[in-house]
Amino acid sequence: MGYPHKSHPRETPVLSKHFGDPEARTLAGWKARGGYTALQQALQMEPTAIVDIVKASGLRGRGGAGFPTGLKWSFMKIGDGKEHYLCCNADESEPGTFKDREIMRWTPHALIEGCAIGAYAIGAETAYIYIRGEFTEPINVMERALAEARAAGIIGKNAMGTGKTIDVWVHKGAGAYICGEETALMNSLEGKRGNPRIKPPFPAVSGLFGKPTTINNVETLAAIPHILNNGAEWYKAMSLSSPKSSGSKLFSVCGNVSKPGNYEVVMGFSFKEFLYDLCGGPLPGRKFKALIPGGSSVPTITIEEAEAIAMDYEGFVEQGTMLGSGGVIIFDDAQSMPRQLARIARFYAHESCAQCTQCREGTAWMTKILERIVAGQGTYEDLDTIFDLSDAMTGKTICVLSDSCGAPVVSGITKFRGEFEALIKGRRSSTVTMPGVPTGSR
Amino acid sequence: MSHGPSAPPRAPGGAPGHHEPYVAVFTDGSARQTELRDIISRYPDKRAALLPALWMVQQDRGWISEDAMREVGDQLGCTAAYVKGVVTFYTMYHQHPVGKHFIQVCTTSPCLCAGADDVVKAFLEHTGCKELGLTSPDGKYSVIEVECLGACGFATPVQINEDCVENVTPAKVPEILAGLRD
Amino acid sequence: MADVRMINLTIEGRPVTVPDGTTILEAAKTAGILVPHYCYHPGLPVAGVCRMCLVEVEKMPKLAPSCATNVGEGQVVHVYSEKALEARKGVLELLLINHPLDCPICDQAGECELQDYTFQEGRTDSRYREPKRFDPMEDFGGDVLYVTNRCILCTRCVRFMDDVHQEPVLCVAERGDRATIGKAPDADLTQPWAANVIDLCPVGALVSKDFLNKARAWELDRTASVCTGCSQGCNNVLESRDNVIVRMKPRSNEDVNHFYLCDAGRLDYRWMNRPDRVEVPKIRMHDVLSPVDWETAYDEAAKLLKGKRAFVVASPSLSNEALFLLKRVITQTGGEGVFRCETGFEAPLPGVPDLALRADRAPNVYGAELLGFQRHDINPLAGLKQGDVLVLAGETLPGLDLSATTRASAIIVIGTVHVDGIPTPSVVLPIANVAEEEGTFTNLRGRVQRFLQAKAAPGYVRPSWYAFADLATAVGANSDDMNLPSVIFSALAQSEPAFAGLSYDTIGLRGGLIAGATAGAH
Repeated sequence: MGYPHKSHPRETPVLSKHFGDPEARTLAGWKARGGYTALQQALQMEPTAIVDIVKASGLRGRGGAGFPTGLKWSFMKIGDGKEHYLCCNADESEPGTFKDREIMRWTPHALIEGCAIGAYAIGAETAYIYIRGEFTEPINVMERALAEARAAGIIGKNAMGTGKTIDVWVHKGAGAYICGEETALMNSLEGKRGNPRIKPPFPAVSGLFGKPTTINNVETLAAIPHILNNGAEWYKAMSLSSPKSSGSKLFSVCGNVSKPGNYEVVMGFSFKEFLYDLCGGPLPGRKFKALIPGGSSVPTITIEEAEAIAMDYEGFVEQGTMLGSGGVIIFDDAQSMPRQLARIARFYAHESCAQCTQCREGTAWMTKILERIVAGQGTYEDLDTIFDLSDAMTGKTICVLSDSCGAPVVSGITKFRGEFEALIKGRRSSTVTMPGVPTGSR
Repeated sequence: MSHGPSAPPRAPGGAPGHHEPYVAVFTDGSARQTELRDIISRYPDKRAALLPALWMVQQDRGWISEDAMREVGDQLGCTAAYVKGVVTFYTMYHQHPVGKHFIQVCTTSPCLCAGADDVVKAFLEHTGCKELGLTSPDGKYSVIEVECLGACGFATPVQINEDCVENVTPAKVPEILAGLRD
Repeated sequence: MADVRMINLTIEGRPVTVPDGTTILEAAKTAGILVPHYCYHPGLPVAGVCRMCLVEVEKMPKLAPSCATNVGEGQVVHVYSEKALEARKGVLELLLINHPLDCPICDQAGECELQDYTFQEGRTDSRYREPKRFDPMEDFGGDVLYVTNRCILCTRCVRFMDDVHQEPVLCVAERGDRATIGKAPDADLTQPWAANVIDLCPVGALVSKDFLNKARAWELDRTASVCTGCSQGCNNVLESRDNVIVRMKPRSNEDVNHFYLCDAGRLDYRWMNRPDRVEVPKIRMHDVLSPVDWETAYDEAAKLLKGKRAFVVASPSLSNEALFLLKRVITQTGGEGVFRCETGFEAPLPGVPDLALRADRAPNVYGAELLGFQRHDINPLAGLKQGDVLVLAGETLPGLDLSATTRASAIIVIGTVHVDGIPTPSVVLPIANVAEEEGTFTNLRGRVQRFLQAKAAPGYVRPSWYAFADLATAVGANSDDMNLPSVIFSALAQSEPAFAGLSYDTIGLRGGLIAGATAGAH
């Protein structure tokens, strides 16, 4: 099952410290590992004091956008007389990303604690953890942990005996990538189609059920107890690229790589060392060719570009891509980039919510063109059309799903044009399929 | 996030369009009704219980029929059309009966690198399902491709009903199928 | 309202001042610029999904959907900048890739926003080389046919049924490029106002079965009129081809019907084309009706009415002008005027205040009352005295016991058709129907609204006001100068206090309120 595995010595296991340890899943086990002390402490503090610590820690959203968490929390006006809500975004659907899944599977109480602290800090009495429907095991683990926490009075109408109400509920999705977009998530939670909403109004003004709402990623919330326990300075100091990016980050690594899996490293870690040392480099006899380093929605980069990256929000941007969700998809020299990019485009075409014209029609069209090129029926004009199409699909829609379809494809064509032209000329690129890849071997 | 077939496949053992009468799920005094009420109480608006209610129907009835849409709509104060819009948005809800073992093979990019296509072929071959999305003649299996299951590091993940099996290779398929309870 | 802040901005170089909270799209309209759009409709909640109305706003990082972006002080908006045009061109190309381009057989052609904007801003060719998506069409019930392939998923129909009609029977089903408009399994679009989705549909995806393949939009003549289906007085457009009314559509009027027309009203136009009309004046000779010229018929009527009381049963579907002149006949003969009104169920459109298919199924009930006609729904003939001259003005008295008509010394029928079940009338004067003449109706809230002539009347038929003016003159109430509807209306406004101050000029095509009328106060 991928885990348990031994942590690599160069990792910095904060969130992943207890991955693979079944005892950490239980309330008793979690408490024995220092669990719920942060919540205990937080409930004695003023909510604004918690927000200040999180602000000082420099924690940025781990879901993909990297928005400063403390700042996001500070948008919630405590005492405005309205219901507030916290939503935990556990709709981890970005291809290449599987970190939240492991957090929930192994340390459910870390997330519950983070949710409870977050809810208290933003003046919410209810937090919903929206978990994608395919995550049956994480859902079961979370439900069990919540039942335990509820029975022990950690959450509920009298959380930790403080008289404060903090309810935390799991809400199960039903198969829609787009529900990872925060406004789509809120619609889905309200029992609607998961259509993203037009912003403004922003969730902090009118979110879930029309009330002020904050949406945080699982990894973001799971980091909160550690920050409260160890202090903002500790979190910042951990990073090699403080103050811009602080703390540690879980990176999911998959594709053609020797040791796929989750790795937790501090911000600013060398991507080259990460790929070759921690992840074991390419498969025997292969070379890394290309990467999509932040979940499939970010621009494709070559291995040469990747090797120059320091792993933080800015580092990825410098090489023309993004840190995104931290899902690193690696393609080696045996992979056909046109085929891979066609598959990625198909993913977006399948997941488009159908609201905006550009996305509904554009993602499907782009997929058809790419699949035709892969089938050896492409023309040079098709490549131009894809670039135009990507332009038409970028920055013009309610959410960024259609941008996300264009980004990896266009950058991929730019950087691996030869492979596309080879197909167009009728010469297929070397190998298309890959014999059995040893996966999950670490 | 499944790739459903474009046309509804035949229900196992029945002619197309043959439906048994729908049996309500949330009857008065039933455990499901209690459960639904409990879930409704977690939200300020009872419509928020729509996804959970649909899950219950699918667990009990295997798929979500138009009758089920009406029942759920009645329970939560919305119309069947509204429920239909929601059901058809989320790909995990079955709009027609499926095999007893619903096998979803992830074929999104990271898994494609790892040979997910061959895993799909192996499942089709060993289950007797003729095509993706169709149910096997014995009604036991349906195989579909699914978009990212969120277990890319453990390629190829395969979701069989409620269970996620990781690191599936074509060679492991017969063993996995043999392990499924009838 | 007095506190609404006014915002100044520049749209395409034109200074615009609008209230705070106005969208850029609406603000542009005030500057005479129509930003192309599909999903936006002023009567529906904003969806912002078609992305057609993208405009460039200086200092905004991205193009803004003008339907969902409010104006801001000092904004500089470019509707036709290269960036904005390029974006809209992209949307148009994408809308058309799976569109069947079956304009030659599509009823919407000629009034299709997809055609119009593509002609205006779109590409001249398509780069789409893949097979087009195909979905079968679906009968949505009622008057509505859904041609799936033409649908651009603007969701106007869904939002209308959800938010305005408040009968949510439509939805967007599926997602991605597989999405279509879905209908509830057990519901048809038979709700009283459902057919409005046909008008709201900017393309040919929702078409009227009634109008299917009947005419091309560019062959139609369009005339502003008022629906005669009930006392609401919805503004409509009569569309005719070769002197035949082929379709009725709503004409927007915020004070009456917003953008809508109920199904009962819109489909009730065939009677306007009835071929079995009275086409010449007739008088009774040897107990048989014989055609005569108009003057002979007037003389005969005047002779019959001399020294007699005219007992007039008038139709509440006659115009104010006709009733006004008819009143002169009544006054001159010392007679009385009554009317009856057919009634039915009331069917409100929940999302629009004070809009309903009204129980009174005639357009000028209030006008008839204001002009002194007494309402007697059950037995309008009760007041008919022995020896009276019964004048049936536009009224055929269907479904009534007509034995009382034998009390009349003579019967004068002024109408479009013969009246069954009464003794042979002495005089029959053929008049035009609502589509064939001009006039005004007063709706239930006291709004006086004009309707215009949409087609020519058959034979020797005269407009009702013309016939009544001559009849009034013939019985001695000189109405020789009543030679135009506008003149008659001016006379009416001068002599009837309720109508004081109104004229065709002040009413225009949106109507004017009678004295003391306030919406909802009647």
